[in-house]
Amino acid sequence: MEPDEREEREEPEEKYEPEAVAEEPEAEEIKAEAAQPAPAEKPMFDPDAERPVYKQVSSLEFGVLSPKLLKKMASTKIVTPELYDKEGYPVDGGLMDIRMGVIDPGLRCKTCGSKLKECVGHFGYIALARPIMHLHYIGLVLTLLRCMCRDCGRILVEQEKIDKYGEKLKQFGKEKGEELMRKKIKDVISRTLARNAGKCPHCKAKQHKITIEKPTTFFEAEKRITPIEIRTRLEKLTDADTELFGINPKSARPEWMVLTVLPIPPVTMRPSITLETGERSEDDLTHKLGDIVRINQRLFENINAGAPEIIIEDLWDLLQYHITTFFDNEVAQLPPARHRSGQPLKTLSERIKSKEGRIRHNLVGKRTNFSARTVISPDPMLHINEVGVPEIMALKLSVPEKVTGWNIGYLKKFVERGPKKYPGANYIVRPDGKKKKLTEETIEQAVEEPQPGYIVERHLMDGDIAIFNRQPSLHRMSMMAHKVRVLPYKTLRLNPAVCFPYNADFDGDEMNLHIPQTDEAIAEAKTLMLVQTQLISPRYGLAVIGSVQDAISGNYLLTQKGFSLSRESAIDLLAQADISEIAKLPKREAITGKEIFSVLLPDDFSFSGRSKSAEEPDVVIEKGKLISGIMDKNNLGEGTGMLLRNIHKKYGEERTIDFIGNVFRLGIAVLIKRGFTTTVSDTDLQGPVDAEIKRLLDNTAKDVDALIASYKEGTFEAFPGRTLRETLELRIMEVLNRARNEAGITVARNSDKTSHTMIMALSGARGTTINLAQMAATVGQQALRGKRIEKGYRHRTLSCFEKNDMGPEAHGFIRSCFKKGLTPAEFFFQAMVGRDSLMDTALRTPKSGYLYRRLANALQDLKVDYDLTVRDASQRIIQFMYGEDGIDVSKSEGGKLNINRIVSETLSEE
Amino acid sequence: MAVEDVIRKYEDRLPESIISELMELLPRKVSEAKAREIMERVEAEYRQMLAEPGESVGLVSAESIGEPGTQMTLNTFHFAGVAEMNITTGLPRIIEILDGRRKITTPMMAIYLKKPYSQGKDIKKIALYIRETKLADIASEVSLNLAESKIEVTVDNEKARERNLNEAKLLKSLKAANKNLIVDAKKGSILVFKTKSKDENTNGIYKMKEKIKQSYVRGIRGIKQVLPVKKDGEFMIITAGTNLKKVLSLPFVDETRTTTNDLFEIEEALGIEAARQALINEVYKVIENQGLNVDIRHLMLVADTICFNGKLKGITRYGVVREKASVLARASFETPIRHIVNASLTGEVDKLNSVVENVMLNQPVPLGTGLTRLVAKPKRQ
Repeated sequence: MEPDEREEREEPEEKYEPEAVAEEPEAEEIKAEAAQPAPAEKPMFDPDAERPVYKQVSSLEFGVLSPKLLKKMASTKIVTPELYDKEGYPVDGGLMDIRMGVIDPGLRCKTCGSKLKECVGHFGYIALARPIMHLHYIGLVLTLLRCMCRDCGRILVEQEKIDKYGEKLKQFGKEKGEELMRKKIKDVISRTLARNAGKCPHCKAKQHKITIEKPTTFFEAEKRITPIEIRTRLEKLTDADTELFGINPKSARPEWMVLTVLPIPPVTMRPSITLETGERSEDDLTHKLGDIVRINQRLFENINAGAPEIIIEDLWDLLQYHITTFFDNEVAQLPPARHRSGQPLKTLSERIKSKEGRIRHNLVGKRTNFSARTVISPDPMLHINEVGVPEIMALKLSVPEKVTGWNIGYLKKFVERGPKKYPGANYIVRPDGKKKKLTEETIEQAVEEPQPGYIVERHLMDGDIAIFNRQPSLHRMSMMAHKVRVLPYKTLRLNPAVCFPYNADFDGDEMNLHIPQTDEAIAEAKTLMLVQTQLISPRYGLAVIGSVQDAISGNYLLTQKGFSLSRESAIDLLAQADISEIAKLPKREAITGKEIFSVLLPDDFSFSGRSKSAEEPDVVIEKGKLISGIMDKNNLGEGTGMLLRNIHKKYGEERTIDFIGNVFRLGIAVLIKRGFTTTVSDTDLQGPVDAEIKRLLDNTAKDVDALIASYKEGTFEAFPGRTLRETLELRIMEVLNRARNEAGITVARNSDKTSHTMIMALSGARGTTINLAQMAATVGQQALRGKRIEKGYRHRTLSCFEKNDMGPEAHGFIRSCFKKGLTPAEFFFQAMVGRDSLMDTALRTPKSGYLYRRLANALQDLKVDYDLTVRDASQRIIQFMYGEDGIDVSKSEGGKLNINRIVSETLSEE
Repeated sequence: MAVEDVIRKYEDRLPESIISELMELLPRKVSEAKAREIMERVEAEYRQMLAEPGESVGLVSAESIGEPGTQMTLNTFHFAGVAEMNITTGLPRIIEILDGRRKITTPMMAIYLKKPYSQGKDIKKIALYIRETKLADIASEVSLNLAESKIEVTVDNEKARERNLNEAKLLKSLKAANKNLIVDAKKGSILVFKTKSKDENTNGIYKMKEKIKQSYVRGIRGIKQVLPVKKDGEFMIITAGTNLKKVLSLPFVDETRTTTNDLFEIEEALGIEAARQALINEVYKVIENQGLNVDIRHLMLVADTICFNGKLKGITRYGVVREKASVLARASFETPIRHIVNASLTGEVDKLNSVVENVMLNQPVPLGTGLTRLVAKPKRQ
């Protein structure tokens, strides 16, 4: 390799081959600055002298490595494709050379002297017998070759023009990206060439057309140009000219894009695995490198032996192929290199790319210790911000606690109990950082050991903080901190009120638990992530945690008119719900449900709102007394109504979460006391109602028939902009939908309001009156893509219908109800719609997932700055004030500042 | 002092929206002292509600739009207003808007009219006037004469009259549309098209036929379908297809309310601020339609990220993400190899200012609690 003048001029600063950067970020020498400069003298405040100095990376620089630097940073030159000698010891100068790092236990790295896992690995290099094109720079090299003179190496633009527009161009490149800038140059040059009759404006040499045969072969006027030639040409390009192409000559000289030296990644990033048989299986990269070294050696030998040009060229092309596939094994025009089994090798690019690649899988996604996962189940007697952790988990999960003079006795007891007896400890950590595992045998001596400065990793206990998470973690309420309650049995338990933010149910859902390990992390989790801090959704500014299902039914029943209990039963009820403020009950023998509910309300709380119920639509709370209104989903549920929001605003998160918990338990206690179930007979209709529904459906059928008849007679009139047929469809749909709604209304009107199914529907706990009508009266029209069902055979949906039958039954109107059962055709139509909605869900999930990923990626670094502007990572202002008024939605009331409330509050104070 | 004056005193301390709301909601009868007290409380509460410095509002917005996305229906079509004309709604529409696609699937305009046209005067005529007419719309027959390489089009007089066209007008506009052809009229409302050069191969004639059928006759280009409707006691026109610039220049159009769903047209005609507002409106409309609840501030932030440097940029690797300063942040999104290679050429330096890079390097991210650079100095023991 002839020495390169330009390379000499380069200061040997850190410059990294791009693939190296992404492959082994830790391995690079990173321009690091100490965030906390190590104190020169003995630290004046820190008693732990062993404390590591934390360094922080302040920036990363990217660039292309020069051959010279490559050699300099390499620990060894690779000369032989052999890996191990007869004893199985790595060969010197082979690909597994231990100067490039160690992967076997017991060996020491010859370069840095450290053992396995301590040595991060060192690069080696191969001197290539002939220059090889670098795949990822091919496009750029082509542009450069086309834009420079083949003789003098200048860019094919007149000097005056460069002087005039050069700066402007660079500015353009900075704004619009280098690729567009290069395109612009190409245009300029093609015009210049046309003007100068295809001659260089500097030296008047005739230029030829340069073409590329993908992936890596160049031709000039039909004649092949070898990488040697390309390299010599690129060397001629001046620094000033390269800058015009948006290339920084300090970090990437064009000729470095033709490889003369190939860096060999350290063995630590391509470790071999030993199979059970004792056989060694090498990494894909090692295989590929073996090919490269072998062919390179052969090429050397042939050149030295003066072999015929054809043979050399063949070998050269083969080497090019191997190196190309070493960088990227998914090049469109090349057959991928394969294992002997036929499976394609995973080489450098494939390692970095895509979801399973290094970046997204290992660098942005991390794995953690001190975490657990299992099935969840409900426990309404847990506090809302608690999580029930099974004891076997608590035995494995630990919390480090620092030993001080005050807690040494307390912590020693944990050590004494050891790892198997709860609550014990798993490890003790000495001040120098050495960890000691506690086992049956080591306990005895370990008990004596702890002293101030030690850390005991004790078992998880009640009151510890844990972060609880359910995937998909779509919003921040998917990860909340809970207080631990260690419980028997083997599931994680949570209060059903927090199901909504997690979007969890108990049909086999699993959730994860993480135990923060440092004081900072614990403090942060406590103040920012605890369930009560997440009560108000940042999406719409209302409560996301409220009562669900049975708790709503219970409170609905409780606060209904006519609910009354004896004083004794009322006290029983409250006690069962774990509520002790019995004194707030009026001193009377008969106590209404509203009075019982009022016990939960703060004494000075006033509120007015609306409930779902038609009989008592206005909810009025005055001075902590529920005067009128029924407590239903509108008031207690999540995401609706202002009751919870107002309590939160006035009394803070602690009181609110207690309130929700109390309401929840009270509701369930009411149901337990009263009894609550649902039966088929809830859907029974009285004789006349049945007849009424029948009449309704018959009339509907007649209406549709009349429409069809008038269509056939031609007396039908189309809607503007629609054909007759479309209009007919719309009219029929309208009639049929009306029938279903009317059936729903009829059923709702005539059902027993006290039947449990109706109670659930009316309180909003579960189901709607339409669902009830579907069970009791008629299922109604099945719509596919907003139309009646049209699919199936020619001119008809199913073969049991006549051709061109436009009647309701033939297009998916289900006249039957679920209770009585569906006809085969009806069943089939329902299955069609059911399948369609399954498809819809299956297709939607990845689409919305991708949208979310893109949004998160685009917006992740926007933050509110100290001057209340919203800025991105480069300090560019996105908004002068967040949301134009600076209001944080999660602190607002439904996105607003509630002026009405403030006004009435102020005015009522006299 | 009147209540209004008390409120006005707070103008520089409270945002406009709250001030105007106060003007509306504060009863005029209250005493000055009470009014002052109210204002003080409002201000105190407002200060409490401010987003704290360091709050990662971007991610919160992304979550707030991404999370309900999973609940949206994919069903593309929905009947607009009066059960006519399809428009894209739901998740596909949101994706389309945020992608910054230039060609949207169902372009649509809502054209409001000035009085007296908004009362229904000449509404049908106006609608037909706006609608683009192509030759194919009024032709009843198109026949090829391969021997003489000419094309004869028979015009349906009925349709032509409906569109207020006579032969002379028709000829004029057709000549303008087909400058490379010789256009002539023959008896019986037949139009003849001939090539200027004599011989044209068969294939060419067929292509020519298709082109002729598509030639513009009258109306506003791009408006494919019109539909006059009565909404809130007023006549307006909903169209399929859009051409904001041309429509706004019509004299009978109320240019203050007429709008389109094509954001790029709005940007071109009315500027980036209008496009931003339109973007917010469009996304909000879809979300509201689906019965979901997302605060408008989140949409504003997304809209501002898309629009803030003066051009509509999609939330894609070609748009917003590409503008990021950090190489690693770009590489972690999509096409990592390309980003790293390009970074190596320019010798880019990643200052590690944003989130992902620091996650990659196991360092605190510059948001929220990671933003502060606080060093505590405990007292000497």
